[in-house]
Amino acid sequence: MAILEVTNLSKSFGELGVLKDISFTVEQGEVVSIIGPSGSGKSTLLRCINQFEKADDGRISICGLDMLVKDKNGRTVYAPKKVLQEIRLKIGLVFQSFNLFPHMTVLQNIIEAPVHVLKQDKSQATEKAVELLAKMGLSDKAKEYPCNLSGGQQQRVSIARALALNPDVLFFDEPTSALDPELTGEILKVIKELAAEKMTMVIVTHEMQFAKEISDRVIFMDGGYIIENGTPDEVFENSENERTKQFLERYHS
Amino acid sequence: MNGESILKVTGILLEYLIPTLKIFGFTLLFSIPLGMVVACLKMCKIKPISWLTNIYILVMRGTPLMLQVIVVYYALPYIRMMEGLPDFLKNMLSGIDVASDDFMFGAVLTAFVLNYAAYFAEIFRGGIEAMPKGQYEAAAALGMTKPQTFFRIILPQVIKKIVPASSNEVITLVKDTSLANVVAYAEITLKAKQQMMNYSSLIPLFIAGVFYFAMAMILTFLFSFIEKKLNYYR
Repeated sequence: MAILEVTNLSKSFGELGVLKDISFTVEQGEVVSIIGPSGSGKSTLLRCINQFEKADDGRISICGLDMLVKDKNGRTVYAPKKVLQEIRLKIGLVFQSFNLFPHMTVLQNIIEAPVHVLKQDKSQATEKAVELLAKMGLSDKAKEYPCNLSGGQQQRVSIARALALNPDVLFFDEPTSALDPELTGEILKVIKELAAEKMTMVIVTHEMQFAKEISDRVIFMDGGYIIENGTPDEVFENSENERTKQFLERYHS
Repeated sequence: MNGESILKVTGILLEYLIPTLKIFGFTLLFSIPLGMVVACLKMCKIKPISWLTNIYILVMRGTPLMLQVIVVYYALPYIRMMEGLPDFLKNMLSGIDVASDDFMFGAVLTAFVLNYAAYFAEIFRGGIEAMPKGQYEAAAALGMTKPQTFFRIILPQVIKKIVPASSNEVITLVKDTSLANVVAYAEITLKAKQQMMNYSSLIPLFIAGVFYFAMAMILTFLFSFIEKKLNYYR
């Protein structure tokens, strides 16, 4: 079953087209990496799917729910608020800059949404949070405030926070870009573990080696277009496309 | 002045500490919530509302509080004399005794609240606008509603951010209460002036100064305590 279906999506900021005719699907259990140079539209694509930017045209459906559709007059419209909220709870998002709530402890950060959005019992939410923290290797940090954690630890907390809502798909917006190189490893390891558990994930990343290792599929974007969409082998090793080759060469050198 | 008269003057001023604190307390009580409303109006996306609010803030911050107190206090008799005033309004206004203490207090308080709300509004707005966009986005990504986001995520962080600036305002306010003497509202400064004439001595003014100084010190300690309490995160 397709978890995410994007069809002919386009978006511009004023005159500047940032997404042009984007179509792709993500199947249940798939790990898809989106790579491409800065300004290629990968983050904007993620932000459109996560309702932070309004797309101009196209269709998006997530977990069988239509988020962006054409109405009978052919206009592109968003689903009613209730559906949008339902979709929001089915997807998790991990930000480049973590965006933890600084005035809450690690544990409070994780149980905030389960308790106040899903209206779960506090003890039940805490139980789940403790489990997630153990999985992230942060059992001893539950009572710490985010400012006392390293960047890598903060990012793992934010992954736990997203997982606490039991999302069907997890999106990562350059999850390691704000981290020191020696801290990126711990995040990549967590993502690998999630991949092994067949978590559906879409990862915007600059870590080529990582994308190659972990992904079922790699999407290469440039200038607002999807240039390539294939297995890591197809994109990284056997690409026929000049633009892709150029981009990858620059990364390898 | 001998020791006995110093004690006596101190006693009198102590008695008038209460009207001083009344202005101080009630001004805070009303101007802080009003300041929040004004801050929201200024951030309002409907332009005319935002402009009007801005004019209000500009006037309040651009003219002396003393002048504002005088205007509010003396406005009523002039408004009453205005022609073409609807009858019910005329009746309502003529029922007010301008010479009463209650009216005097009400007028002084009105001017103070309107003035301080403008200052607090700017502090609140600054605090809210300084919040990183990522906090709103993280809350939205977790499915939190707008009110939940504001009250659970944004407001607690804004409070911490605005404590230092607010403490400045509050300490200024305790000293500004002395401006109420301009309309003969009986508070410490007015009484100290009277005693100065009484005894032909500056000492009553110094005693009044000590009173203000002590209040400012108490507030300073109180706010540094609050700041420390809020320092559990960065």
